[in-house]
Amino acid sequence: MTINPDLQGRSYPAGAAYSVGREEIRNFARAVKATNPAHYDVEAARALGHRDLVAPPTFAVVIAQRADAQLIEDPGAGIDFSRVVHADQRFIHHRPITAGDELVAELHVDAVRSMGGGAMITTRAEIATTNGEKTATSTSSLLVRGEGQ
Amino acid sequence: MSRTLSELEVGQEIGAATLAITRTDLVRYAGASGDFNPIHWNQDFAQSVGLPGVIAHGMFTMGAVIQLVSDWAGDPAAVVDYQARFTKPVIVADTTSAPTEPGAVVEVRGVVGAVDEQARTARIDLTVTFDGQKVLVKAQAVVRLP
Repeated sequence: MTINPDLQGRSYPAGAAYSVGREEIRNFARAVKATNPAHYDVEAARALGHRDLVAPPTFAVVIAQRADAQLIEDPGAGIDFSRVVHADQRFIHHRPITAGDELVAELHVDAVRSMGGGAMITTRAEIATTNGEKTATSTSSLLVRGEGQ
Repeated sequence: MSRTLSELEVGQEIGAATLAITRTDLVRYAGASGDFNPIHWNQDFAQSVGLPGVIAHGMFTMGAVIQLVSDWAGDPAAVVDYQARFTKPVIVADTTSAPTEPGAVVEVRGVVGAVDEQARTARIDLTVTFDGQKVLVKAQAVVRLP
């Protein structure tokens, strides 16, 4: 299986909206061992000036990886998921993600570089509310290992 | 507790923490994040793809160590930019029969790397190690402070 070099520059449109719920923020916070009350207690979050519970700084990965799945599952991309390794990650938050948000993510394939028999694919998920308010930009590099790598 | 930018100096340590990880933590993270890759919970599968054992999700480690910064800043939403490169896996031993024993221990330390008075931000550089080796490289969080 080889990576399609024409992937660079490709975009995948935002799919169905993702509803960010309070329990989901609490569960994700527990899963990353976050103890800040702003993830659990609505009053504590409001005391910091937030509308509702605040998501931990890496919560956007849940939405970004759903967007990445569109690329990985695209038969035309030529990506073998069992050979994918997450190489790096960056989040830029335009505003905090809070409970009650309805988010969509548009995926862009920014770069495809050959690496031995494999490839490094850089994707960017632009996360926004369904009203079009920019929320976060998530950039990931995925290393697709070649045979024998 | 909240911080202000004026009290910061480049090179100043913001704190350090120890993160004890068990396989239960990885299963919980898999459920919360939706990343069910079996290399994070199945020993046989992990070994079949050439890993020494079950490894933590890079995003679990990245997500857990940032607490040092959010707690120091006082508001998790102060973290406006956060990046890391995953260079070495964190191998998590099976301690199911001794649940109080950690399967892996990760150390994190944060230092003020830069202060931008105009943007009202500080960059915190994190050193994240497992077994004496760096597992995250260029782990940097930009924090907006009053």
